[in-house]
Amino acid sequence: MSFISNMKKDRELMLNKIGISSVEELFKDVPAGKRFPEVVMPQALSEPEILQALSRMSAKNASAECYDWFLGGGIYNHFVPSVVGALTSRGEFLTAYTPYQPEVSQGTLEAIFEYQTMISELTGMDVVNASHYDGATALAEAAIMSVRSTRKRNTVVVAPGLHPEYLEVIETYLQGLDIQLTFGEPDDGTAGYIIQNPTFTGEIIDVKAEAEKAHEKGALLIVHTDPIALGILESPGACGADIVTAEGQCLGVGINYGGPLLGIFATTSKHIRKMPGRIIGETIDQCGVKGCVLTFAAREQHIRREKATSNICSNQGLAALSAAIYLAAVGKSGFKKVAELCWHKAHYAAAEIEKLEGFSIKTKGDFFKEFLIETPIPAEKIFGNLKEKYIMAGLPLSRFKDGNSNEMLICVTEVNSRKQIDRLVSALKELIL
Amino acid sequence: MSNLWKISGEGRSAVYLPELDVPETAVPQKLRRKEEPKLPEVAEMDLVRHYTNLSRKNFSIDTHFYPLGSCTMKYNPKVNEVTASLPGFRNAHPYQGDKHSQGAIELLYNLQNQLSAVSGFDETSLQPAAGAQGELTGILMIRKYHKEKGDLELRNKILIPDSAHGTNPATAAMAGFKAVEIPSDDHGNIDLAALKNECDETLAGIMITNPNTLGLFEENIEEVIDAVHAAGGLVYGDGANFNAIMGIVKPGELGFDVMHYNVHKTFTGPHGGGGPGAGPVSAGQLLKDYLPGPIAVKEGEVFHLKQPVKTIGRMKLFYGNFGILVRGYTYISMLGAAGLKDVTENAVLNANYLKALVKDSFPAAYDRSCMHEFVCRGDIAEGIHTLDVAKRLIDYGFHPPTIYFPLIVPEAIMIEPTETESRETIEAFAEALNKIAEEAVNAPELLHNAPASTGLKRLDEAGAVKNPVLRY
Amino acid sequence: MKIDKSAKYCKTHEWVRVEGDLLVYGISDYAQDKIGEVVFVELPEEEEFAKGESFSVVESVKSANDLYIPVSGTVVEVNEALEDDPDLVNSDAFGEGWICKIKASNPSELDELLSAEDYEKMISELD
Repeated sequence: MSFISNMKKDRELMLNKIGISSVEELFKDVPAGKRFPEVVMPQALSEPEILQALSRMSAKNASAECYDWFLGGGIYNHFVPSVVGALTSRGEFLTAYTPYQPEVSQGTLEAIFEYQTMISELTGMDVVNASHYDGATALAEAAIMSVRSTRKRNTVVVAPGLHPEYLEVIETYLQGLDIQLTFGEPDDGTAGYIIQNPTFTGEIIDVKAEAEKAHEKGALLIVHTDPIALGILESPGACGADIVTAEGQCLGVGINYGGPLLGIFATTSKHIRKMPGRIIGETIDQCGVKGCVLTFAAREQHIRREKATSNICSNQGLAALSAAIYLAAVGKSGFKKVAELCWHKAHYAAAEIEKLEGFSIKTKGDFFKEFLIETPIPAEKIFGNLKEKYIMAGLPLSRFKDGNSNEMLICVTEVNSRKQIDRLVSALKELIL
Repeated sequence: MSNLWKISGEGRSAVYLPELDVPETAVPQKLRRKEEPKLPEVAEMDLVRHYTNLSRKNFSIDTHFYPLGSCTMKYNPKVNEVTASLPGFRNAHPYQGDKHSQGAIELLYNLQNQLSAVSGFDETSLQPAAGAQGELTGILMIRKYHKEKGDLELRNKILIPDSAHGTNPATAAMAGFKAVEIPSDDHGNIDLAALKNECDETLAGIMITNPNTLGLFEENIEEVIDAVHAAGGLVYGDGANFNAIMGIVKPGELGFDVMHYNVHKTFTGPHGGGGPGAGPVSAGQLLKDYLPGPIAVKEGEVFHLKQPVKTIGRMKLFYGNFGILVRGYTYISMLGAAGLKDVTENAVLNANYLKALVKDSFPAAYDRSCMHEFVCRGDIAEGIHTLDVAKRLIDYGFHPPTIYFPLIVPEAIMIEPTETESRETIEAFAEALNKIAEEAVNAPELLHNAPASTGLKRLDEAGAVKNPVLRY
Repeated sequence: MKIDKSAKYCKTHEWVRVEGDLLVYGISDYAQDKIGEVVFVELPEEEEFAKGESFSVVESVKSANDLYIPVSGTVVEVNEALEDDPDLVNSDAFGEGWICKIKASNPSELDELLSAEDYEKMISELD
């Protein structure tokens, strides 16, 4: 079976109508010497067999619900309400294509229009696109857009504090383009100035001051942020950001071994024609009834081809839908509460860890839900030891190039109870006794 | 439109969060946002009704025949949704370490091998998130290859047939190349003379979709590839139409150097209203070391993630759209090599059957047997356009095919039925098309005023750009 | 199809008309008809451009058409009315739908453009 409904009898009837005697005749344009090769693959599995095989593979992986989980580093264990999966798995959302025919795609169109509205509220920006592959590719496209939006400038400056793997993705994206990537402060040749807030190691930075720095030099300020933090922190738009990107995985998308993620991308009205990605707009039909359509499409690859603002076509539509449903589900007060729970729990954890002999908090100034600690023994050792106790302690920075082996990034979210935090702290204490 | 904000009430929520169980730490006032984000506030039932009713305004594969050309809207098996949500896949974290992710990496490793086996390449990276990102991956690999040979300065152009998807030229530009268009000949193949004319010392490579967007297999594919190779260029395969050739021919054996797949087309990842997809890339000997990663490797009985030696770098975070890859792996494992060949044979048979059923009212633009899809024209009567035919199909309960693409056929209609549709569905669709052809002559207003069956009529797209409303 | 007899034309369907010491620039009636309803005109920067440089874009729902400056020179004025009413390009391509005024740096380049008669002949052969 291959999920095919036509049987031998159907096929014979169809071949007859076409006027040929075998399916093979349909492939006569394929070079004869290369036609019908042998393909070696494991034997096909039935449904019960595949379910058993994959359940066993799944069981070989650590998974967040079985642990006291403090591992983040850009992908976070936030709560995903049951209602999100229940609604996104409806076939009408799950198995629809990109909404090119608006009369029969209003479900997807309206939902993404809601997503644009909610992300606009969070970020304080005018225009939100219908998503990128992840936060890192959204940021890379923001860097490219900054060069397109500023005349005669081709340098993008990255401030300290950017996630090292985000930087790798930006470098990949820029390798073929005439764009220089530098580090430090913006100058008169800077098109875009990238900051991450909170930084990779958790520090909250003064976005307003960074915006002034960028604008003084005529550069665009690109802010990469954590959407959950925006339940408390001032929006990047209010601080003067020109482009905002974020990883939206925390908004009901889940962890998924790092994918699908959700690349959030927002900018100001002024830059709409330079921005990549799909945009949904409201309009009216012939009878004056309101509805949504894909709009500003003249920027996109299917129309502008080599002059398009990006090559992006498929995006992370269903993840954007998850984010919309998540934000609508938690609602205005719930969203603030999630952010505040993260804040208080993370600060409680940091205060308790700091009391331990040999441990100290390395994140300077304010932090939100994630902070860096210095450890008296190699962090990787702590990770391995606590894993045995069903505690995922954090992210050892030695996993990254030039990372200090005695530093670990710890993340605390609304799903971590005080009991879990206390267990982490006593496990750390036991380690050094 | 059903505005969620209009049914909101202060303090309502659909989520049951834990209470604060630790001492509070004051948030410094200077950090606090001045204005709270205005999110909707609804109870769970109202939320469920809202989104359930929204979903019902969509056509989808689960509800309607959806023959979008080049999109391979085949049935997405439900077992995929079960396997993708197994806890060790859904709740595994990319930084938990290879040791604690053996099942996930094993799955990646097996899927890499399955794809390499069916396409005839040596190595596969599952990292790219979608077809367009797969394209960018392949072209950046070609770029780095030329760079290491020291002739990137000279080799600055990528050839792209005029039938190609817009992502191809957009990708070439994003990789820093000049896109040069190659015309098609009157059989719908790449024009060989025009191609050879461009095969010089400035050639970096060519992007080929085969079968092409006309649904036709390039009759001179080996000659095209030889000409490009002889000029020192490399050949990229756009695998958007891979559903047409599984078990029929291996691109790696035809001489392609690198190719992407669309797991969300060929291997039943759901389209999700626009994504997420997955766009793995396979390469042969020349380019395999340039693949992005990390990719999965097996040493003894242990699985690891490793960057290929000359990698172009990371295309995105982590290991690709893993959740979509689980679905693709589930599907391929259930079909095996013979099942995949069945898929292709039935997809091609369905397309040719439909083409035969409508040949009098909508003759194919090229009179050849097609592969998995075919292209015809919608300007079938005086004053009738493709858009009218497409909208009228909605009234018959069918999602319209892809329209106005490929660009080389005026008023194009591009129809891909896929293998999962039954003979009866294809006959019903053909009957609708044939009726519409009669209506186009006898009752053209039915086409001009279509769709008549939907809540919304045709929308003012120009107005949407002139007076942009991009949020509630 | 309207033709402005007093203008000179490019093969790419732009026109220029001498007014005093400036050139008024726009797209032809034929071009606007092919493009369809114009939804946006990206007006040129008031700067110096070399002949043939891309300096403006006329956009419809389904297309974005780059415009190239037909002679070297400096853009000294742009038609700001198009910001609110881009469809002036449709309704009055040779009049209120003008796009910008150019101070040519090498007026002899004008001689390389098509006359109204030659342009009219060219478009009659296109359809």
